[in-house]
Amino acid sequence: MRRNLRHATTTIREKRERAVAEVPDWERLRDRGAAIKDATLSDLAEQLLTLEASVTRAGGTVHWARDAEEARTIVADLVQGHGSDEVIKVKSIATDEIELNAALEQRGIHVTETDLAELIVQLAGDTPSHILVPAIHKNRAEIRALFQRTLGAELDTDEPARLAEVARLYLREKFLTTRVAVSGANFAVAESGTVCVVESEGNGRMCVTLPEVLITVMGIEKVLPRWADIAPFLQLLPRSSTAERMNPYTSFWSGVTPGDGPQAFHLVLLDAGRTDVLADPVGRQTLRCIRCSACLNVCPVYERTGGHAYGSVYPGPIGAILTPQLLHLENDNANTLPWASSLCGACYDACPVKINIPEVLISLRGQVTAAKPLDVEGVAMKTAAWLFAEPHRFEGAIRLARLGQGPLVKHGAIHALPGLLGGWTGTRDLPALPPKSFRELWRDRVNGEQA
Amino acid sequence: MTIDLFLTCLNDALFPRTGLAMVSLLERLGHTVRFNEAQTCCGQMHFNTGYQPEALTLVRKFVHDFRDAEVIVAPSGSCVAFVRDLYPKAAEWAGDEQLLDEVRRLGERTFELSEFLVNVLGVEDVGAAYPHRVTYHPTCHAARLLRVGDAPLRLLRRVRGLQLVELPAAEQCCGFGGTFSVKNPETSTAMLADKVQHVMDTGAEVCTAGDNSCLMHIGGGLSRLQSGTGVVHLAEILASTGAAS
Repeated sequence: MRRNLRHATTTIREKRERAVAEVPDWERLRDRGAAIKDATLSDLAEQLLTLEASVTRAGGTVHWARDAEEARTIVADLVQGHGSDEVIKVKSIATDEIELNAALEQRGIHVTETDLAELIVQLAGDTPSHILVPAIHKNRAEIRALFQRTLGAELDTDEPARLAEVARLYLREKFLTTRVAVSGANFAVAESGTVCVVESEGNGRMCVTLPEVLITVMGIEKVLPRWADIAPFLQLLPRSSTAERMNPYTSFWSGVTPGDGPQAFHLVLLDAGRTDVLADPVGRQTLRCIRCSACLNVCPVYERTGGHAYGSVYPGPIGAILTPQLLHLENDNANTLPWASSLCGACYDACPVKINIPEVLISLRGQVTAAKPLDVEGVAMKTAAWLFAEPHRFEGAIRLARLGQGPLVKHGAIHALPGLLGGWTGTRDLPALPPKSFRELWRDRVNGEQA
Repeated sequence: MTIDLFLTCLNDALFPRTGLAMVSLLERLGHTVRFNEAQTCCGQMHFNTGYQPEALTLVRKFVHDFRDAEVIVAPSGSCVAFVRDLYPKAAEWAGDEQLLDEVRRLGERTFELSEFLVNVLGVEDVGAAYPHRVTYHPTCHAARLLRVGDAPLRLLRRVRGLQLVELPAAEQCCGFGGTFSVKNPETSTAMLADKVQHVMDTGAEVCTAGDNSCLMHIGGGLSRLQSGTGVVHLAEILASTGAAS
């Protein structure tokens, strides 16, 4: 798994750097993207009401979902209301977030993912491990075996072109026979009611044009005020995510057009914790995220653990700040995520909308720690703070540790530590405390002695 | 110039040699060095691990201890980044306007050693000699929060006898991350394994950096593998005048 990931992230990392270097005013573009998002977020309620009015005017219907449960019910009711027991889907993390597929299957509605990587994940009964490359943890040989097993395909090679051909054949039939599609949205323009999906394979284009009914599920933070606001993001997004100058397919639609494309359009606006994120002055910048995955691709922790280790629909650095905020800090998986980082800052440097991920991580760590009962770590930290509060206490602690380390020191280093710190010495040596601390040496020097 | 040493708790307890090197280097360049013995720790470990009230106490102590300093120089990009970049956030989050004002002014005169030498003093040749094959690891906070850029490399290139070799994937984190290395030992070790491999690939005798915390981590990995490659803080190389350290 680590090898698959390293290969994929290293390749995309290098490509991204080249793609970004081509834009002379990349930094200004990042600032512009961040500023547009911030301005929209500060006026979110108004923008969403404008969006609703515009979508309605264009012949679509807007639905408001307070939480995942409401969103699932709305979508399932819509599918069945249109007399269908089958949907095709274009990759949408929001629908993963609300666990839509399982809910639809439970209501007897069969779901087919049409993004190649999503399809692979679905056929394997797996979960996505990357925002943009959901099957990044699988290599070609594994995918070939999967297609042979689940699609009955005869594959004498694991050439990507052949694998894609098998999937294409399978999906073409679905596109042409399924009456309802579910999509996500990258952006929606409030003033015109236009929804936008950006993708690479053309499956999204098929989903938003071929079926009779289109249901789009969109997080409320995806709205942009004006048509012109989309332009910087269409530069920032592809270069940051797939390292392309322009993504192959960008689809826009506004409501319905008689005789052309779906004849019914539903837009489900999903809150599911987002207004709470908005209320946190440090955390709210998280809602700028355009789901490009640049932070995952540069993250040394993600590279070694993979997306599943986060136990979250949103993996990597962005997931480590978004998931605990959406699911709230009392969620026992989510509230450990802010510590899944060395705070190296590579994610902040890569983020096209300048989300200061380390800052939000630290803020969330503080919030989680403040809310939990005191444990061993807490006692150690509070003790350390007490020692640091007075120089003589600190100096005393160094002296005491120097006495105590005796039996642990071998050849000037410590090779095994007890308790919490054992994780360090499992693979790493620790230098032993020297005979004198700096402050002792300094005092010697001031006293005119030889240091 | 009168320079106040901010030695950092880790250097004080574990790496006093780095402090001595700072003193001899700065004095050799004609400056007066002060060490206020009241100083202890900047509070980074507490703040970054989620103990913000405890950190805030140490922030206030630091501000108090260094109130009279003209310039503050530390052998740690990480601790300086904390003072300059995160003290204002700590003050802001605590809603303390007066502290915010104080830490902003404090941040303007707090420097990591290499940026102080190159950007403030305008010195690149510090008169050092160190006849060894050396590779340089840019630590995350110095590189990304302080943007010290090539200041350390400029200094190293002017050291007599020193053969500087480029570290592959230099900008990748070594996996230390303070308490991260204790809380997530497996991931931290996986990151360290790559860093140590890259260091060994250079064939360097010494890996240097501007932070003893990262060097302690990299050195801990190199030592466990009995690689024969050592770690030496940049300040010690710059203070050196020839003999092997």
